[in-house]
Parts: sequence; C-alpha cells; structure tokens
Amino acid sequence: MSVSIKYFASMRDRMGRGDEVVSLDGDITIAELWKKVADGADMPESTLVAVNMEYTDGAHVVKDGDEVAFFPPVTGG
Amino acid sequence: MKVVVVEDSFDPWKEVTAFEATFEPGKVGGSVSFVGTMRDFNDGHDVKAMRLDHYPGMTEKHIEQVCREAGEKWDIIETLVVHRVGNILPNEPIVLVVAWSAHRANAFDACRYVINYLKERAPFWKCETTLTGNDRWVEHNTKDPGVS
Repeated sequence: MSVSIKYFASMRDRMGRGDEVVSLDGDITIAELWKKVADGADMPESTLVAVNMEYTDGAHVVKDGDEVAFFPPVTGG
Repeated sequence: MKVVVVEDSFDPWKEVTAFEATFEPGKVGGSVSFVGTMRDFNDGHDVKAMRLDHYPGMTEKHIEQVCREAGEKWDIIETLVVHRVGNILPNEPIVLVVAWSAHRANAFDACRYVINYLKERAPFWKCETTLTGNDRWVEHNTKDPGVS
C-alpha cells in the first residue's frame, strides 16, 4: 500500500520537500511512519498531524491511500 | 455561512456589505465583526512583510467546522470568514470574521468563538520578513490578555 505525505511551513524546510508518496508493506502508525521518512529521528514534540485533513496523533494507523500531513503549530488569524 | 481564503488584498467592509445584501430583509438585529491586520512588529522585531501559507482544503474545512460549532452554541443568522494567504504587507487585513444575529449578545459570543478557535485549529502558518531581510517562521500566535 502507499500513502501520500505533505509537509508544511517549517516542517517542509526541515524535510527539504513539500510532499512525497511512500510505499508501505503493512499496517503502520503515524509515529512509525514519521521515523521512516525522517531517517529514524523522533517526531518533534510540537508537531501536529492530520490524516485526510482531520487532526490525529502518533498512534493512528494509516490506511492505503491516506493523505498524511505533518506541520508545526498553526499561526493564522 | 461563507468561508473564503483569498490571495489578494481585500476590503473587509465591502465583503460585509456584499454578503449582507444576500440576507432576507428585516431579520438581523446586529452584527459583530473582527478584522485582524498585519503589524509591523512582532516578538521584539520590526517586520516589513509576511507570507501566509495554508493547507488548501483542510483550512476551509476546519474554519467551516468552527462556524458550525458557533451556530450550534448561539442563535446566529449568518457567519462570514475571509482569510488572506500569500504575501502580505503591514496594515493589510489578514482575517475578517463576522457574525449576524437577531440580538447582539449572540453575535458577540459567536464572533469571539470563531476567531479564537480559527487561530487554534485552522492550518495557516506565518513567515515574517524582518527589516534586516531575514525570513522566520512564527512559532506561535500571540496570547491576547483576557482571551481564554
């Protein structure tokens, strides 16, 4: 299966890319997915995560075709 | 409810009157509006410009959700949110939130709720350019005294 990943704001700068598609062998949590794309690094504590445009957390298990987004705290308004 | 994210500068008062023109006459007793504008200073630095990024789709979805929540909590007739993205200069409006109701208390409460929760949940990110030419991401929104 595969998921698409988006990185926004300072997270995009940190990762050096704005989006990518990642192929996965089986069930994987958001926290595990982060380690996979960040070369084993822990997810920064303030990171926010969304799956299919809904906020979630590191324990969420991704499904085939999901759109995952990693970003820093929001600063609109 | 109307929620729009715009790339160009906008006139908040034209947005208000244009949306009000679509209302059924005689039903509204009052409106409360909030307009957020860009400062030329932040966190002790002079700021000459700003870029606002967002997550298209998720941003609109979560602002609409906040507006729906306000409509469930208070008896309001309409809400309007206009939010800028892209390159912004000091004094330009960043966000407009308006709530209309038959009685003022509901409009005050709803407007305050929408702007406060928009700032907490809608995925926007500010990148400031300081007078020295450095770009920096704003790490957190300023806490306004008295706002819970």
